[in-house]
Amino acid sequence: MKPIDKSIVQPALESFLNREVYLHLETTNGAYAVHSQESKMNVGAYIRNGLICFKRGIITGEGPYRVGLKMELGWVYAEGLTDFEMEQEGQLLLAGHDQEGRLAVALELSLSPFEL
Amino acid sequence: MEQHVLVVFPHPDDETFGCGGTIAQFVKSGVPVTYICATLGQMGRNMGKPFFATRESLPNIREAELDEACQAIGIKRVIKLGLRDKTIEFEDPELLIDRIEQILQEIRPSLVLTHYPGFAVHPDHNALGEVTIRAIARLPVQERPVVYAHAFARDCQEVLGPPDIVNDISSVSELKLAAVRAHRSQSQMFLSKIASEKRKKQSSKNQFSHMLQRESFWTYRF
Repeated sequence: MKPIDKSIVQPALESFLNREVYLHLETTNGAYAVHSQESKMNVGAYIRNGLICFKRGIITGEGPYRVGLKMELGWVYAEGLTDFEMEQEGQLLLAGHDQEGRLAVALELSLSPFEL
Repeated sequence: MEQHVLVVFPHPDDETFGCGGTIAQFVKSGVPVTYICATLGQMGRNMGKPFFATRESLPNIREAELDEACQAIGIKRVIKLGLRDKTIEFEDPELLIDRIEQILQEIRPSLVLTHYPGFAVHPDHNALGEVTIRAIARLPVQERPVVYAHAFARDCQEVLGPPDIVNDISSVSELKLAAVRAHRSQSQMFLSKIASEKRKKQSSKNQFSHMLQRESFWTYRF
């Protein structure tokens, strides 16, 4: 992945507008956060292959970045995004890594389902 | 002397960190070891340091790391169950128990290494340990393998007492270290942390050298 460049990511988000798009969205502080006493709670959530359609998609902030996708009946939102990758056709990967390089948040869009 | 050891863990690297030395010792003494690895660790948070994996490339990377680590400690056969990281506790346990029972019938292990249900911190560890114990419990008492259960919850000594199996693995610590290094996406961060702490406080360095000297288990009582 490379550090996010808004001038590349913004048009990439727009390429998914008004289409059926597979979504991977997650955030986590890891399964060992409590055990290693980094936190009082393990917190995480993920959606794998949610099928969405959004009519507006924006990346903003000065880094780490935020992304909001406006759907007919709701929103998809992520913050803390630092890096992106567009190596596979029809797929945009965004992730936020902490100082140690660990993944803390991910928002990914794809025209075909993500592998299970 | 064991005839066949079956190892059952959910994530590539569980076999190495918890019992890589014990496995290497069995292999060295000529005991075949089969490993049931339930997932590919798809949802791991560590991506290497500096990070080189993405959420999408991580499973393939970890599968290759697993092959290399198994080679280092001598595991010849890996059975991958194809489950997804973080989801084991939500699967139908009966189906998982059936699958593990089939493998037990095929391999007829004399010893099983798995996580101690309830004392293994990660929900996947606890769930897979639980179905493994339940699969073994289906066997008639005289056919059941011995179970070395791996536990590392903060309260495990308090509740379970001290581990009854404490293996000195210093003779194979180099093999375990090679396997730890093979799991580079998962180990680079703490290996670099240890290197940087060498001249500062010694806590994680001591913990790590302990991990290369000793491995402990609780014999599971049915």
